[in-house]
Amino acid sequence: MTGYILKRLLAAIPVLIGLSIIVFLIMALIPGDPAQAILGNFATPENIARVNRELGLDKSLPEQYFIWIFNVLQGDFGRSYILNRPVLDEILDRFGATLILAGTALVLCSIFGILAGIASAVRQFGWTDRLVTLVVLIGISLPSFFLGLLLILLFAVQWRVLPASGMFAVYGGGDLPDLLYHLILPAVTLAVVATGVVARLTRAAMLEVLRQDFVRTARAKGLDENTVIYKHALKAAMVSVVPVIGIQAGFVLGGAVYIETVFQWPGIGAMLVKAISTRDILLVQGGVLIVAAAYVFVNLLADVVQSLLDPRLKT
Amino acid sequence: MSAADTTMSAEVDADAPPARPTAWQLLMNNTLAAAGFWIMAVIVALCILEPILPLPDPDVTSLAERLAPVFSEGHLLGTDHLGRDILARLFSGMRVSLVVGVTASVIAAFFGSLIGLIAGYARGRVDNILMRGIDMLMAFPYILLALAIVAALGPGLLNALYAIAVVNIPFFARNIRGITVGLAGREFVDAARLSGKGHISIVLTEILPNVLPVIVITMSTTVGWMILETAGLSFLGLGAQPPQADLGSMLGEGRSLLFTAPMVSIIPGVMVFIIVMSINLLGDGVRDALDPRLRAGALARPMAVTKIDRKAAPKSDDKSALVVTDLETSFEGTKGTTPAVKGISFSLDKGECLGLIGESGSGKSVTALSLLGLVASPPGIITGGTVAIDGQDVFGMREQEIVALRGRKVAYVFQDPLTTLHPLFTVGDQVVEAVQAHQKISKSDAWAKMLDLFRAVRIPDPEQRANAYPHEMSGGQRQRVGIAMALANDPEIIIADEPTTALDVTVQAEILALLQNLRKERGLALLFITHDFGVVAEICDRVAVMRFGEVVEAGDTMKVLSNPQHDYTKRLIACVPKPGQGRQFLDDVRKLAAETQNG
Repeated sequence: MTGYILKRLLAAIPVLIGLSIIVFLIMALIPGDPAQAILGNFATPENIARVNRELGLDKSLPEQYFIWIFNVLQGDFGRSYILNRPVLDEILDRFGATLILAGTALVLCSIFGILAGIASAVRQFGWTDRLVTLVVLIGISLPSFFLGLLLILLFAVQWRVLPASGMFAVYGGGDLPDLLYHLILPAVTLAVVATGVVARLTRAAMLEVLRQDFVRTARAKGLDENTVIYKHALKAAMVSVVPVIGIQAGFVLGGAVYIETVFQWPGIGAMLVKAISTRDILLVQGGVLIVAAAYVFVNLLADVVQSLLDPRLKT
Repeated sequence: MSAADTTMSAEVDADAPPARPTAWQLLMNNTLAAAGFWIMAVIVALCILEPILPLPDPDVTSLAERLAPVFSEGHLLGTDHLGRDILARLFSGMRVSLVVGVTASVIAAFFGSLIGLIAGYARGRVDNILMRGIDMLMAFPYILLALAIVAALGPGLLNALYAIAVVNIPFFARNIRGITVGLAGREFVDAARLSGKGHISIVLTEILPNVLPVIVITMSTTVGWMILETAGLSFLGLGAQPPQADLGSMLGEGRSLLFTAPMVSIIPGVMVFIIVMSINLLGDGVRDALDPRLRAGALARPMAVTKIDRKAAPKSDDKSALVVTDLETSFEGTKGTTPAVKGISFSLDKGECLGLIGESGSGKSVTALSLLGLVASPPGIITGGTVAIDGQDVFGMREQEIVALRGRKVAYVFQDPLTTLHPLFTVGDQVVEAVQAHQKISKSDAWAKMLDLFRAVRIPDPEQRANAYPHEMSGGQRQRVGIAMALANDPEIIIADEPTTALDVTVQAEILALLQNLRKERGLALLFITHDFGVVAEICDRVAVMRFGEVVEAGDTMKVLSNPQHDYTKRLIACVPKPGQGRQFLDDVRKLAAETQNG
């Protein structure tokens, strides 16, 4: 097992290098002269040359990349010139909030998606199945940012039972119950789309597995239908559902951008949106890189869980 | 047209094979997809007609009329914070959103398909480099990559469009590459190559037409996403810039008025929802119509017991352990039911071995599975006959009673134990489970019993092998596990459905010897299903020959072998090679094959 994890970790390294190259290249494609942008219209050519030298922009692209990645590996992501503080500090301040939000959403979508998918497959063509199919269809067609606004209108404005924004109460909050209270709406909103996708795929996987020969063997042994479905079929179906949950981690981390903006959740997503409008490029670069790396590790985790379920994958 | 003509043509239609419905007909027969199509048709029509509809200019502000409620005079859907008419803005925004989403989808489809075609056709190094690049793009969380691109290019509708197109390229590239790889190795592509066609011409004329449906399917299932995501970028203020508006930026602007004038944001939000939902409905319909295999979960799940709908339940005086009378099993399809087993009868007494022999498709396996209602249902259905075990009619029992019989009175040994054993449980656990299904004993007692069974079927080193997974064992070992599982509850009858077919010849002989010994030791009744007369001759007391769902000949094995009555039996017997026969055997079989085709 340790050998397998080590092998997956090693395989993640080229992916991380690839991610860093893409992030670097995208930022290098920025049209116009960054020095000009920083100094404004009244910059003298000497000043522009000086800033270019300071930013390392007078060197070739590969050189620039190696300097940048070398600094990143040492924790130096550069300085946000709008916030006037190191990019890493800002990211570290906000990363926890995003992890709490996205992690909760991922847990919610796994639980409810799998349960709904099973219920739907077991009662195929029945009322439960139709209801789940309908809710899933609505869920994946509804823009999450719009759903967030609707939930705020209902729960925060109309019924006044849940807070509309923020992570903690402004006065006197800060403990766990307060956090959970603020977490409900954004986490549920973020989880809806992913829940739909997980439910759909769980249903399909269950129906596929229930036609396999080994399920017939389970029946031929004289096992009752519950054991056949919830032990034999479910375990086999989970092998194909787990990687789907890994992929949902990507949608949840990305979708956090909308949800954090709608609910003013102090995470990396909201930070990115602000940084893009203020053209705070280094902050965007660092934020995207960190979130993408987190996604790589969640997928790695999904691989490991999948191999625990299916001994055939460990080789 | 006269009445006679109408009847004539109706008759002709009835005789002709039913025409395969076109993709369009399939799409329109699907109620949800048709609904999606018509909603989209209305929306597109409104977008096209927008310039000639009597609507105010969507960009004209009028602060005097700001935030007029819905249904106010002159403003059907009210006005926004600058007094602009929401209905007019909704129409123009809808048009922008649709155009941007569809354009992004076309760009992604074009470049993604191009990459997929090149990678799949060229293979080798080109494939490797292109697909590694695609993998890298997919390693990003979906929206994040779009954000990074917008960050570099700067906010704006066109840049948002590019960003969404780029992040969707990998989906097309991967799908199209997969199909292309399969097509590039096919005979018709080889033929085109040999006829001197160039690579570009082959890709365009031979491969592209075959991948086109996949491109259309991928487009129809992703365009909804792309509309959502462009709306999302605009909502964040990174897409459409004022005064231009799409549905997303209308929502974004309305957000600040959420508490005072919620309708300003609800209206464009509902519109995005309607558009995306109808596209998703239509997309699913297009996918199902073009490629039914992709229809996830379309197959009905098999029930615990085969559906039973008997016309007759004949009784028999036979007191044998297993008596089958006029068994009929069919498969339900869209065009009525097809019989697979057409009224067969046989009996099997304690300690006896009956061979059920026939070619594939003769109905022998369906017969075996029917006995305890194990035919997958739907589509399977038992339409007639009786199966009596110890004089009790199985098909008259309640579901739990049939389940209780399985593995206890009657146990099965299946053909290929690699697919019939559960791949994710150890073989020991699977046999223990079989023991505990019918015996209320502790886990450790069941474990000990399992080890005894493993010894009985001569699995070497059972304590060790019990912890192995099926894929870690050889074919012969796996089948021994299958037999151990069947013996778990000391059944009276074992139904072995081609238990040696998937094994090589020496292992086959060992397994047959094992079954034969167990039968003698334990006085088991054995129903042995096979297509091999050599095997029947070796172990069966009696034999029934099946063809097209019927028993064509039955009797003592030796009698049938030495003096076959039915033509088909003779042919089956001739299929067993004899030592010293040499090439003569092939000639004989070739002759038989020709006869079979003619007769």
